[in-house]
Amino acid sequence: MAIVESILPETNDAMAAESSRTFLRQFRQNLLGMLGAVLVIFIAATAIFAPLMITHDPIRIMVGPRLAGPSLDFLLGTDQLGRDTFSRVVMGGRIPLLVAFASLGSSLAVGLVLGLIAGFGPRWLDNLLLLVFDTIRSFPSIIFALAMIALLGPSLASIILVIAITSMPIYARVVRTQTEALRSSEYIAAERSMGAGTTRILAVHVLPNVLGPLLILVSMDVPAVIAVEAGLSFLGMGVRPPTPDWGAILNDGYSYINQTPWPVIASGIPIVLATLGFTFLGEALRDIFDPKLRKDL
Amino acid sequence: MWFYLCRRLVLAIAIIAIAVTLLFLMIRAVPGDPAAVLLGPRATPEMKALLHQQMGLDKPLVVQIATFFGGLLHGDLGFDVFSQRPVADIVFEQLPYTIQLILVSISCAVAIAVPLGCYSAMRRNSLVDQVAGVVTVATIAIPSFVVAVYALLIFAVTLRWLPAIGAGNGFWDGPIHLVLPGFAIGIGWVGYISRLVRASMLEVLGENHVRMARSFGISEWRIVARYALPLAILPTVTILGVGIAWLLSSAVFIEVVFARPGIGALIVNAVHTRNYPIVMGVVLVSTFLIVSATTLSDVINAFLDPRTREKL
Repeated sequence: MAIVESILPETNDAMAAESSRTFLRQFRQNLLGMLGAVLVIFIAATAIFAPLMITHDPIRIMVGPRLAGPSLDFLLGTDQLGRDTFSRVVMGGRIPLLVAFASLGSSLAVGLVLGLIAGFGPRWLDNLLLLVFDTIRSFPSIIFALAMIALLGPSLASIILVIAITSMPIYARVVRTQTEALRSSEYIAAERSMGAGTTRILAVHVLPNVLGPLLILVSMDVPAVIAVEAGLSFLGMGVRPPTPDWGAILNDGYSYINQTPWPVIASGIPIVLATLGFTFLGEALRDIFDPKLRKDL
Repeated sequence: MWFYLCRRLVLAIAIIAIAVTLLFLMIRAVPGDPAAVLLGPRATPEMKALLHQQMGLDKPLVVQIATFFGGLLHGDLGFDVFSQRPVADIVFEQLPYTIQLILVSISCAVAIAVPLGCYSAMRRNSLVDQVAGVVTVATIAIPSFVVAVYALLIFAVTLRWLPAIGAGNGFWDGPIHLVLPGFAIGIGWVGYISRLVRASMLEVLGENHVRMARSFGISEWRIVARYALPLAILPTVTILGVGIAWLLSSAVFIEVVFARPGIGALIVNAVHTRNYPIVMGVVLVSTFLIVSATTLSDVINAFLDPRTREKL
């Protein structure tokens, strides 16, 4: 016993080091994944350090002329109220990221719990939950979101709630499938014969197995959430003016598209970069950790 | 097969019924009186009571739901107090525009994506395949409304090649007004479908019957078209059903950007004016569309591939 214990930690460390080396190597070979990582870091850093980077107050009107093109003073021009577009775009990345974090986080938590219940609970509960998941998935996401916003009023909280509800079923389904597969495996039966309760089995054995694929799925949903948030703000259903937000700036620019292209160009590109960056990164992570993941769905 | 069909239909009906009930309860659960919202702050109690009676809000909840379902079976989606017209009339007036937009974009996308996917699979790792690999991920990721606004900016505002807004009318005008909206919706689908076709084509091309056909000296294009594609297209059929949901979602943005009529534009306006009956009507019709499309594609799939019948 003593021998085993003295050997085990070492081999574990060695294995961990080895696997992290292969991870880094694989990651470096994946050019798009690298590009994605760079973009994501760039966007996250911009959002975090936004207050230090802005050149003007993003919500103060008439700091410059109306609808001006780019100049040294106003790097990306100004909008219809004479606000500095560069400062607005820099600050505007905070809300999409916040929404993604909040909505996917809560969705992950609820999906995990419901999935575990469905996979480990009684058969009727499983069927009931599956029916609920399928029902939620049968709503067209944007139209469902619009309906909820009509009821709750346009706000960030509504958007976060809607995204959390609509993305939950997929996570719950993945957790359920994995849980069900584990439930009948031999080592769980062994654990149970030694007197382990359901809580222990779920926490010690099922959770670690389920969490990995789930996190990859969540990371792949980030671009979609950013797109939904920007889209709803574009329709005027998200943040209230004058809060800067990519979708809202795009909407302002769209209204004045005949006079100046700059607000549209300046707010569209960050949306594209953010969705591309998170997509490339998510795909790379999936390819490295779990190439089969999408087929399980 | 019949058993599968019945089960699938029952499930579809159950999902629609649950969805309708959920929506109904959600609208009733919202704090505030729908009648008060509709009438505005200056309404008298008598007006509210009258509208309550008209909308059936004075009856018990179960009766309300039952009446609502009864109406649905007769194609009655409720009544729009603003325009004094039945909701069904308004929604079905707009629906053809959305269906047209969706069908045009998806068929163009399939027409481009299937050959592209086949080619990428046949010349695996060639330059075309690698470029297509990167471009397709990008087109899937970029939101359709950004594509739409940029397309509008480039082709309609700057170059003035194509009309910017409206649906147009007449033999030539209609299709021309569909070019930019169709492009904005379809481009993501080109990427998605071509990747799907490529992946399943690669799988099929490695199978025995294809090797057999090769050993007979049949040309590669003929093998792909005759023996591989019918199998490799299956996942695409399934995805198209689910895809209706995504297409409806992007249609909302596209209709707003290009000021086209359609149920997407309808629901956005209804949300802005807080016109619940219309919002509800659009959600119901689109949910019905999606559930029917998913069911149909599942059935087609079960018909083509007997193995999927066992799992449900």
